[in-house]
Parts: sequence; C-alpha cells; structure tokens
Amino acid sequence: MSELKSGSNLEKVLKAGHFAFTGECGPPKGANVKHLKEKFKYLKGNVDCVNLTDNQTAVVRMSSLAASALMVTEGLEPNFQMVCRDRNRLAMMSDILGAHALGIRNMLCLSGDHQSFGNHPQAKNVHDIDSMQLIALVKKMRDEGKFMNGDDIDVPPELFVGAACNPFADPYEYRVYRLANKITAGADFIQTQCIFNMEKFRDFMKKVVDMGLHERCYILAGVTPMKNAGMANFMKKFVPGMDIPDALIARLKGVEKKDQAEEGIKFALEQVAEFKEMEGVAGVHMMAIEWEHMVPEIAERAGVLPRPVV
Amino acid sequence: MIVADRKSLEEILGMVADNKKILILGCKGCVTVCNVGGLKEVEILTSSLKIARKKAGNPIDIDIQVLERQCDTEYVAELGEAVNDYDSVISMACGVGPQFLSEMYKTQTFYPAVNTTFFGGATQHGVWEERCAGCGTCGIHMFGGLCPIARCAKSLLHGPCGGSSKGICEVNADTECIWDSIVKKKMEAGQLADLMGVRGLKDWTTARDGGPRRSIREELVQGNI
Amino acid sequence: MRLSYSADVKIIQVPCTGRVDILHLLNAVEDGADGVYVAGCLEGECHYIEGNLKARRKVAHVKKILTELGIEPERVEMYNLSSAQGARFAEIANEMAERIRALGPTPVKNHTAA
Ligand code: SF4
Ligand code: SF4
Repeated sequence: MSELKSGSNLEKVLKAGHFAFTGECGPPKGANVKHLKEKFKYLKGNVDCVNLTDNQTAVVRMSSLAASALMVTEGLEPNFQMVCRDRNRLAMMSDILGAHALGIRNMLCLSGDHQSFGNHPQAKNVHDIDSMQLIALVKKMRDEGKFMNGDDIDVPPELFVGAACNPFADPYEYRVYRLANKITAGADFIQTQCIFNMEKFRDFMKKVVDMGLHERCYILAGVTPMKNAGMANFMKKFVPGMDIPDALIARLKGVEKKDQAEEGIKFALEQVAEFKEMEGVAGVHMMAIEWEHMVPEIAERAGVLPRPVV
Repeated sequence: MIVADRKSLEEILGMVADNKKILILGCKGCVTVCNVGGLKEVEILTSSLKIARKKAGNPIDIDIQVLERQCDTEYVAELGEAVNDYDSVISMACGVGPQFLSEMYKTQTFYPAVNTTFFGGATQHGVWEERCAGCGTCGIHMFGGLCPIARCAKSLLHGPCGGSSKGICEVNADTECIWDSIVKKKMEAGQLADLMGVRGLKDWTTARDGGPRRSIREELVQGNI
Repeated sequence: MRLSYSADVKIIQVPCTGRVDILHLLNAVEDGADGVYVAGCLEGECHYIEGNLKARRKVAHVKKILTELGIEPERVEMYNLSSAQGARFAEIANEMAERIRALGPTPVKNHTAA
C-alpha cells in the first residue's frame, strides 16, 4: 500500500484493493440532529463512507460541514461535499481547514446545481473558482501546505480528494477528457452521477480504461435505486444531465405498483454485480435518496457486507 | 452596447405620482440602438403617462428632450438650470445617465425609466443577448472567442458542468450552454489540448469585486492628442 | 350604391397603413378618442408589400400599452379589407361603433379642475 494521503477509511479500503461501497445522506432541512442521527444508523457498518450533500439542488439544509462533523462523533466516516456556488476561495479554504480540524478526511469537490433550481432562486451565486480549481486548491493545501496565495499553512489539512463525473451530460465525447483533467488537477477518487444507461456507461468506461485513467484514480460508479416508475419519469424530465432509458421505465411500469420498488432495487443490484466485474470500476456509490433505511438490505443483497476493516 | 429594458408603466407612474410637470430625457447612445430610450420610446412613454394621468383625473405636463449622450458631462451640461423647472426628471438612458445627471444637478430628482441589464448585442431583430460581464481581464481568445465568464451561468473555466444537455444550459431551456459550443469548436479545430490543465485562479480585482473601477489615460488627462 | 355607416367614425386618410404610427394611435387615445381602428388592405395585397402587416404589429403594441394602463385594448383594432369592399367598410364601421358603444366612453377624459 502506497503512502496514505489522508488516512481516511475510504482511502485505506481502496488502497487495500477492496471494492468500495459508499453511501449518501442529505442533511435535514432544519437543525434536527435526532433525525440526522437516525439516518446514520442505517448507514453505519454498511458503507465505507457517507457523502454529506452541500445544499443539494440549491435547497437550504444544515451545512454539510456541520453534518459531517456530527457524523464523525457518531463513529461513521463522512465524505464532506463542497460546491463552488456558495463559497468564495476564502470561505473554501477556511472550511477545508475546519473540516480537517473536526476529523473529516474525505472531501468531494463540485460545481453545484444552479441556485435557480432551489428554494432561494433570488440568491447571488459565487463561482469565484470552479470545481476543477477547487480540486487543485485542496491538493495544494494538503501536498504543499500552502494557501492559494503561497503562504504557509500551520498544519495542513489531510483530505482524500474526490470529484464528480457525469458521463451522461453533453458533449459526450468531451466527458472523458474532463474526467482526465480532474484527475490531473488532483482528484484521488471519482464518484459518478447516477448511472441508468448501462450501455453508455460501458462505452464510457472503455474509453476511461483505454486512456489509463483508472490507474491514476479510483472510480466509483453511482447507483440510485428507483422507488417507482414515477420517480424515473420525474428524473428523466426534470433533472438535467440525467439519462434514463425508456426500457428502464417500461421495466418498472411492467410490474404492479406495489412491486415497483423491488424492481428498482433488483435493477440496482444487477448494476452492482456488473460493476464488480467491470474493468476500471473500483467501487459503487449508492445514492439511496431519502431511502437510507433500505441501505442495509441493499448492501446485504448486493453481497458487499461485511465492509472490510482496514 | 449596453442593453436595457423599459420599466413597467406602473413603476414609472409610481415614481412621478406626486409630480405635475416633468421632463423625460432620452439618449442617442446605446439605448437608442436597443430601442428602449431613444426619441421614439421617449414619445411613447410620454403619451402613455399622459393617458394614464388623464384617466386618473390628474393630468401631467411632460416635456421631452433627447441628449446626444447622457454619459458625457459635455452633453449633460446642455440642460442647464432649466432642468430645475420640473418637479422631477425621468431618464431613459442606461444607469449611467441618471447618475451623471444627479451628479451635475444636485437638487433635482432623476428617475431611471429602464433597467440596465447587460453588455451585448442583437442576435436577431428584437432579441438582445449578453456577451460580456466586464470582468476587466479579457481572455476569450483562450475559449475559442466565446466568453464563459459572462455566458456560462456558473462562469466555469474548465468545461461544461454536469447539467449541460444537448447544447442547452441547465438553468433554462432558452439558454445555450456556451461550454458546449466552446468544447465543440475546440474539438473540431483539433485544439482540445487548449482546454486541458488547470488554470490559475481568476484575479477578480479587475472585475467589480475589486471595487468601483476607473480607467485613466494619462496622455488624454494632460490634454487632447 | 350609397352606404351608410356610423356617423361617429371620423376618417383620417393615409397613403398606406404602414404610415400609421404607434404615436398616432396613442395620441388619439390621449386626446380622448373612445376608440381607434386601422383599416388596411387585405393581407398579402399591400402595395408597399408589408405596410398593413406592420400596422397590425403596431396595433398589437398599442393594445399592450393600453392593457398595462388598465384601458380596454378592444378600443384599438386592426381590420383588413380591399378598396372594392364598400359594404364591408360600412359593416366594420358599424361593428366598431357598436363595440365602443358597449364599452362606454373612454376613461381618458380632459378633466377640468374641480
Ligand atoms: S473575459 Fe471578461 S472582459 Fe472578456 S468578454 Fe468575458 S467578461 Fe468580458
Ligand atoms: S450547463 Fe453549460 S452554461 Fe450552463 S452552467 Fe453548466 S457549463 Fe455553464
């Protein structure tokens, strides 16, 4: 095992060559710590780390930094998400230092959904730097122990740096290059957007492997189990950059309403099984949106339990 | 040019609700070109306000004038003290006009009749689009001549975000994803390498973030050359 | 054939409806006209190619302004007919007069100070 950059559980699992299994959790729309901790219970022991979303879809929620810190105290490992929409470089660097101080060791760098999607569309957005530069910024702080102005950092933050990749956004031919650039910028791991179009993803991974990107970075395939055909339809229509094949919608519709959730889980499990075998895929990022209580069952049936202790 | 949109009649009527005699001032610069504050628009606004005030049983006297430019003290000075003969003045120039006026005629009230929106041009008759955000450090040559600062909703510098779909920006169906165009142009030209690598963080001190900006041409300050 | 049409209609002749300006319409309303309409040639038969189409767009714009001012947009209208359609001319005049009568007098009055 090469030298650890952050010492996070996720880093150790991946470097030990295990197939990673990460989860996701949206902080509450309020200061409801009790509710948040309940969600943690379903995830504990079933995933290697948990993404704490940062005002996801531009809807105000408890800060991802605070929720990540709470997670640390509960004995789970957070993956602290940060978007470029809400913070300038000062706030980013100070929150990165704060994250390390609070025991957080993974971080995911994102552009962030535009504020017009959220519940405060009148807001001014920041976008002082973009997600590519955020990756490079964390790497610089960690590896060089320097702020962006070149000043030394007194105890640099140690973070395992993640980035997102959406192979289903356009232009498709460019996506693999954007991924390569994120790796060059300093991404240690990648979590992809939810995958539904397997055919396209297979093609994408082939390109990734051809370019040798999987050898420079760990790629976790994003999976979201569909709760019903309605959810699939909604995502297809309203979530930009989401590729949901009609065949999947037809498959969900093909069973009785009460059985659609099970069909959605079955599809997700088939995906996990394929990802385990797919060249270049180092793990799965399971985004069970507002469905955290299903994670133990999904993990069990996906055959990823028990999670490795490293 | 600077592009603007006329405010609603309701808003303008509200501004001059207590006035009996006003002046409406047009501008022959950008706002004439983008059909929002030239002579024609001044006349239409004048007639509209008169109709509204007659209807309300409270007629208003309106004089009109169109300055060569309202962003130039030389032309603003032409108004002279006559400007104080009015209860208030409505300027149909971009946001610069009513400020130059306010600075020169300190006791008069100048209302903006337009909402100044962006730097851009007409892409077809009646349609204007933003092209520049005045960031103060132009780098469009690095992006195939297209500006991601002004034209990408997130001012990204390293390619399209995950919401780019079929050339359309995630923000709304009427907005093109400029990064889609930049990437395609660069790929077609075989210059994809230009878009790779991580650019240094943008220096926003030359943009509005650095505080109000000023341009000084020493040679002109000293006199005409 | 003598045609009678509403005596309330005052005709202003222009060489082509393309000559009609937004301001002509607005000023008429401003000066207390209860209604204004433009009678242009049939669409596609404009001697100046698209004068009547421009007039239609101007009428639409004036309707928008009136709506914003809380005045019935129906007080302003665009009609198309050919110079040979005398009967149609009378019909339109009566139709418009009827419409305005139903709407009542214009709310834009030259109030005298109380
Ligand atoms: S880079 Fe700056 S100056 Fe150049 S077009 Fe874009 S916003 Fe304007
Ligand atoms: S979709 Fe394109 S233009 Fe819109 S924010 Fe993303 S990259 Fe920018």
